[in-house]
This record gives sequence, C-alpha cells and structure tokens, in this order.
Amino acid sequence: MSGYNFAYLDEQTKRMIRRAILKAVAIPGYQVPFGSREMPLSYGWGTGGVQVTAAVIGPDDVLKVIDQGADDTTNAVSIRRFFARTTGVATTRRTDEATLIQTRHRIPETPLREGQIVVFQVPIPEPLRWLEPHEAETRKMHALEEYGIMHVRLYEDITLHGRVATSYDYPVRVNGRYVMRPSPIPKFDNPKLDRSPALLLFGAGREKRIYAVPPYTSVRSLDFEDHPFTIEAWEQACGLCGSRESFLDEVIVDDKGGRLFVCSDTDHCERRREGAR
Amino acid sequence: MYVAVKGGERAIEEAHRLLAEARRGDPAVAEITLDQIEQQLALAVDRVMTEGSLYDRELAALAIKQARGDLLEAILLLRAYRTTLPRFGVSEPLDTAAMVIRRRVSAIFKDLPGGQILGPTFDYTHRLLDFDLGNGHEERAASREPERAEAAIEPMPRVVNLLDREGLIETEEPPDAEAPVDDLTREPLRFPASRGMRLQNLARGDEGFLLALGYSTQRGYGRNHPFAGEIRLGAVEVEVVPAELGFGIAVAAIEVTECQMVNQFKGSASAPPQFTRGYGLVFGEAERKVMVMALVDRALRGRELGEEPQSPAQDEEFVLYHSDNVEASGFVQHLKLPHYVDFQSELVLVRNLRAERGVGPRP
Amino acid sequence: MTERALLTVRGLSKRYGDRVGCLDVGFNLWPGEVLGVVGESGSGKTTVLHCLSGRLEPTSGSTEFLQRDGSVVDILRLPEVARRRLARTDWALVQQNPRDGLRMGVSAGANVGERIMAVGARHYGQIRGQALDWLSQVEIPRERIDDLPGTFSGGMQQRLQIARCLVTRPRLVFMDEPTGGLDVSVQARLLDLLRSLVADLGLSAIVVTHDLAVTRLLAHRLLVMRGGEVVESGLTDQVLDDPQHPYTQLLVSSVLQP
Repeated sequence: MSGYNFAYLDEQTKRMIRRAILKAVAIPGYQVPFGSREMPLSYGWGTGGVQVTAAVIGPDDVLKVIDQGADDTTNAVSIRRFFARTTGVATTRRTDEATLIQTRHRIPETPLREGQIVVFQVPIPEPLRWLEPHEAETRKMHALEEYGIMHVRLYEDITLHGRVATSYDYPVRVNGRYVMRPSPIPKFDNPKLDRSPALLLFGAGREKRIYAVPPYTSVRSLDFEDHPFTIEAWEQACGLCGSRESFLDEVIVDDKGGRLFVCSDTDHCERRREGAR
Repeated sequence: MYVAVKGGERAIEEAHRLLAEARRGDPAVAEITLDQIEQQLALAVDRVMTEGSLYDRELAALAIKQARGDLLEAILLLRAYRTTLPRFGVSEPLDTAAMVIRRRVSAIFKDLPGGQILGPTFDYTHRLLDFDLGNGHEERAASREPERAEAAIEPMPRVVNLLDREGLIETEEPPDAEAPVDDLTREPLRFPASRGMRLQNLARGDEGFLLALGYSTQRGYGRNHPFAGEIRLGAVEVEVVPAELGFGIAVAAIEVTECQMVNQFKGSASAPPQFTRGYGLVFGEAERKVMVMALVDRALRGRELGEEPQSPAQDEEFVLYHSDNVEASGFVQHLKLPHYVDFQSELVLVRNLRAERGVGPRP
Repeated sequence: MTERALLTVRGLSKRYGDRVGCLDVGFNLWPGEVLGVVGESGSGKTTVLHCLSGRLEPTSGSTEFLQRDGSVVDILRLPEVARRRLARTDWALVQQNPRDGLRMGVSAGANVGERIMAVGARHYGQIRGQALDWLSQVEIPRERIDDLPGTFSGGMQQRLQIARCLVTRPRLVFMDEPTGGLDVSVQARLLDLLRSLVADLGLSAIVVTHDLAVTRLLAHRLLVMRGGEVVESGLTDQVLDDPQHPYTQLLVSSVLQP
C-alpha cells in the first residue's frame, strides 16, 4: 500500500499512543485518555484496538486477529487484511505462533505465554458509567477509590435474581487498586486475566481511552464472600472436538430448533481435532 | 454433519464487488464526475468539508461519490484521510471582518452600513418542484446573462461591532491570546471544556443533532432570546506566519459562513446589563448549521454566565459527547457485528434464572 | 475535665466579597453532646454547617477533630481524599430532604449497606443482616428491605436516611433541618427516635434548625445566630427559658404557643 507509513499511522501519532500505553502499564487498570485518530474503519468497529496494535506492531511480529474467538468472522478478516496491507507482517491463525493477538470479545483457550501481547477492542471503558453518567464525577471516584457503588449494584442483583446478573464485561479489580472493565469478554474468560504471563492492552477508540494489565498482575472479579464469582458451564461437549473445557457457541442447525454446541475458539477446536486423528 | 463456517475473506471480496456495482448503477447512465458534484451539489460538498474538518472541495466530492451520496459515510472517508496528512503549522485567526461578501443579512437593524445583501439563498423561493430543472432545461436559465452585482469589495464592518462600540454587548476576548489553541483532533475532550474545544466540537458536529438542540432552546428548553445579529458568507484569506519569514503570507482563500447571535442580556449588582453572544463558523455555504451552532454555543455558555443548566442543550457532556456523527454512526452500526458470544452468556444466565423459578428446563 | 473535645472550632468565617456568610464562629463539641445552631433564614447557620461538613471552603478559621486513634487533625486542611473518607465513615450528614441523601434507584437494603460496602464489607448475608438490624432500629418494617425508597412515606424516607448514615457508627453527625417538611406528628416520632439513638450510640451531633422545639428536645447546648454571628450561647434550657440577648428574646417569644 504505497503512500502510507508502516502500519498506516504516522510516527508522531504512534509515539503519542505509545506514551499513553506506557502510562497505562505503569498504572494497571487506570484509563489513560489519548488523542484517538479517525481510522479507515468506523468507530465502534475496533479503531481503538487497531491504533494500539498499529503503535506496537513491528516487522518481526506474527499477528493473529480474532472476533468472537474465530479468525474467520468478517471483521477479524477485515482487520487482518488491513494490517497485512499496511505492514506486510506475517499473520497466523495459531495462538501459540502469534506474538501479537488483537481480539474482540474473547481470550483464546490456548494458554498465553510470556512475550505475547493481547490487544482488546473496548466499546465502553468506564465501569462506573451505568451508575454515574458524568465523566467528571467518575474520574474523581476512581482517583479517590470510591467503589462502594459497584458493590451496591452487585448487592441489588443478588437481591433481585439471587445471583450477580452480569455475564460479560464483568468488572474486575486490578492490582488491588483500580476497577476496570475487561471488555465484553464472557465472564468465563475472566480467570485468564489473573496473573497472565502476557501483556494485556485495552484500546477504546471512540471513547479515547487506553488501559493495560502488565504481566503477572492480580485481576480479581468483583464478588461477595458468600456469593463468589463463578463461570459459565455447559452440559454439552463441543460437537466437533469433544472439549468440555472451552466456551461453546450455540448453533441452530435445522428449523425444528435442533442445536449443536461448538467451540467458540476455532483454532483451539481445530488443533484438538488434529491431535485426535 | 455440521461444518464450521469459513470463507469470510471471499465473502468480503464479493461484498466489495457488489458495492462497486451498486455505486455505478446502470452503466447506460453517464458516470457522475467530481466536477459535477463539486459544482452542482455544492452544499453537500460544503457539509462534508465542515464535518470532515478538511477544506478540499475535490476530495470532498470524491468522498461523496465513493460513499454513493451518504454524507455521513463521506465525512468518515474525509476524516480518515485527514488522519494521514502531516501538520506543518497553524494559521492566523481568520479575519472575517475582511471577508469578500457574497451574502450578508442582519435581523436586528432595518438597515446598516453595507446594506442587506441577499446573495444566493433559498429563503424567498417558493418551494414548488421545478420540473424544468430535469433534463437539461437549466441551460435556458444559464444562457441569460444575469445582472451580476459586483461582489462587495470594501470590507463590511460587523453589525455586532456597532453594538460593541456602545458597550451594549459583552466583549469577546480569549482568556490568553498567546496560548496555543486546543486541538480537538489531536487531544481527547476533557471537562469542563474550553470554549475553543466546544466550538470545534460544534463546528464538526452533526447538523441534525445540533438543529434539534438549537430548536429545543427556542421552544423553552433553555431559552436565551436569540436575535440573528449577523450572518455573512464569503471568501476569507488563510494566512500563515512561517518562522523563517517572520511575517504573514496568504496561502489560500476559502469560503466560510459566519453567524453572530445576539442573546439574552445579563447584568448583576456590579455590572450593568449587556447582551450576550453565540458564535458559529463553518466551511462553505451552510447557514442553517452556522445558526444552530451559535444557538448551542450560547446555551453551553450558561455555566460561565451563571445560568442553571436545566435542559439537554445546556448539558455540556451530553451535547459534546453525542454531537459527533462519525462516532455515533460507528457505535450504532457496530451492533451489526457478531455479538453471539456475549449473547450466549446471557442465554445461559437467563435459562438458569428461569429454571430456578421453575419455568423451563435447565440449559 | 480530662476528656478532650471531639470538635474544636475557632474563628470560622466565610465571606463572599463584602457579604458575610458567617463571622468568627467558635465552639467546642464534646463526645455524646448535641449542639443546636438556631436562627432564621440568612442567619448563617447553614453556612456554618456547610463549612464544617466540607461542602464550602471557609475563608478563615480552624476546625480540629479528634480522630478515633486519639490524634487531632484540622479538617479544613486535610487533603480531599482523607476528608472524603472521614465523611464516609466517622461523620455523617442527614439532609433536610431525604431524597438528596438517598439513592432513589436502589433498594432500602442497598441504601443502608452502601457505606459498609464502601469500606470493604464483602459478605452479602452479613451486609443484609446489618441492614435489617438498622431498619428495626429506625422503626422501618423489616419486610421493606427490598423496596425502593420512592415507595416510602416522607417520614420513612427520613428514617431510612438516618439508618444509611449511622450504619458505620460515625461519631459526629451533622443534621440540616432534620424534621423540615414533615407533619407535626411525624416530626415528634422522628425526634424521639433521634434522641434515643444519640443516647444509645453516644453520638455527637450538630443540629441546624430554625425550629426551637427541635432544639428543646434534642440539643444540650445552643448557639443562636443572626447576621452571620453568634449572638448567644449556653445550655439549651437556660437560653430558651432565660434569654439574654434581645434577638434571642424575640425568637423565643415569637414561638407560637399551642
């Protein structure tokens, strides 16, 4: 793609984003405001993730892009093509071969390792947003560690439903200090955030915030002692590879409502099937 | 046997091809040219430049063509292109008092120095569909030599300055004239926002959204008694002072529309009453936009003028966070993206909750 | 007297240009004591309350507070973080309109539990248990714990606000016209409740009101304010039965006798 800089953004912009990333890594879970640029994709479609990836990607990286856990969903394809065109960097579907993984709404099932970077696409970064619409006030609440209101929300859920009624984008406490939204990953994936060997970066383009969880940082999902955090479980196994440990997608296979459950993580599923042969 | 869905790449390529076909339409019909768009759909071009924050008529015309006439899509194209352009400097403030006027009207005085110049306006047309416009009958109108009034050469002083000389209207001075101007396209918005940031946000904000807000102030949601002090349209010079030269040189002439609203007077125990102001400035010819920009600007100044914010137009965070149609369109339309993983989580939860109540089987 | 004052205020003043909000106000407040601050609108009593509770920044003065660990700190010079934390734990503010002091969008139980959750309580059962206890203490039926405050009467909302404030056992409570807007019979019940809570919990309180009957029932000592200044102070009964200052005499004599 001639006429454009490596990874599309000019070097000034990349430097600005990297400064924001460094600040974010230094203060785990804290939302750093940054001068988000308009990108060739719409806001809401991953511009934050793309800007973070564009700022950190280098010619030797191997890039994997997933959406809903799959490499082949249209938006993942679109983003992967964008980086292929603007960087010429090698791309892969295999989690274990990737150095840089941009993801929307899932963390891969394959355990991450040191040296990997995961970039999350974030729609709404502010965990207090639904309780307090004003930005000026939520910034203060974070600064003064006033998180009582988050547990009030959980208390109400338990009162009404007998359990916490949040199933994705489940709020967490990072490094014992900041409360953070992990992006709309299912709560099933929250345990993977805790003390991950990988560097986790979160980009919200439209809302113009970047935050981070450095490797081996504690990430605890908010809960009550007598209503501890739990993850989803299925009675079924994956209809393709037989896994009982991965997050399953429900697929409707006929118009009588017949259904099949398959691994959301397509790479993981394929690998298991290869291994079984 | 269920096979996992693949082929996203091919699907996208086919979609692009279909889009190109749809864009071209019937091949028997002549392809539209950028000149045609730029000349004959000039107001669309002007809107795309203003909300795209980039003054380039040809690029805006190209964006409109590529976007098949969807102006919000064209604005996104132009903004994305703007991201790649290097910034080599900041111009001097535009001197709109020195504008070469094409149109200038004021509602607050019957007559004024320089006169009321109607210029090209829809205002006094009768809204009757003109079937002669179809099929080249515009030729006939164009062949008649119009009595061209000479574009006013002498600068026309701003009406509002006349009020200013009497001390009747608040003066507008930036708090620190030497400080660098905020740049909304480079830094994130913070609250409370500076007036500069607010005006930039409004200038590139969606015309429809601001129209509704401006209208709401007129209907009582934060009324501030506006009068149209002056609306002027014409060409202004863009001047840059390069460091090597130390003096200003004109690098371009652009067309802008400017509006100054004269609003509810304010006074206090210590200060006698004066009228207050609202301001609007846009690229090209865009009166409606520039007027609502001034109305909303004034509504948002409520805080510094000691007015209780009671209505949506006076709520700074509400207005400035939702005025950007590129952000809004993106986020609304992102709902089309797959959300089936999160939905699956919700399904599991809801089924469990229902099962606990004895309704329906356990998942 | 070996016991130290809980709160020592000296020279508290708030000016707005030439206008005076309050001028040179000073007093001591002892543990377990209720101080009434009375006056008409514009007397400066609310200004004093706002200065002490952190809502307004005073122009001058010092306010020393004796913390739980025995150390004394000047509240007006505390950094905002520390002040906000004190406001959530060791102090409380009961607002005149209970809707201003409650979260109307969450249940009564959540309202009462919030302050203990804010300081780290993480056991749902225990939080709920404490909320139930407090509802009993303020005479709200226990079965209303899951109801929204909007479904409560004005008097019940005020009692809910009190429970919400007292759950962390603050040692100092500010009250701003606590019975304002309530029916006379409801006021009486509320005052009785406040009196027993103050006695049972050993609270100190500063009650700002224009209603002398409230001070008669609740306050041990009184400050009478007018035009921003304290014109008279002393034991409540003494001040009300034998007022010395002409303004106090006027106030006392203009109270309607039933």
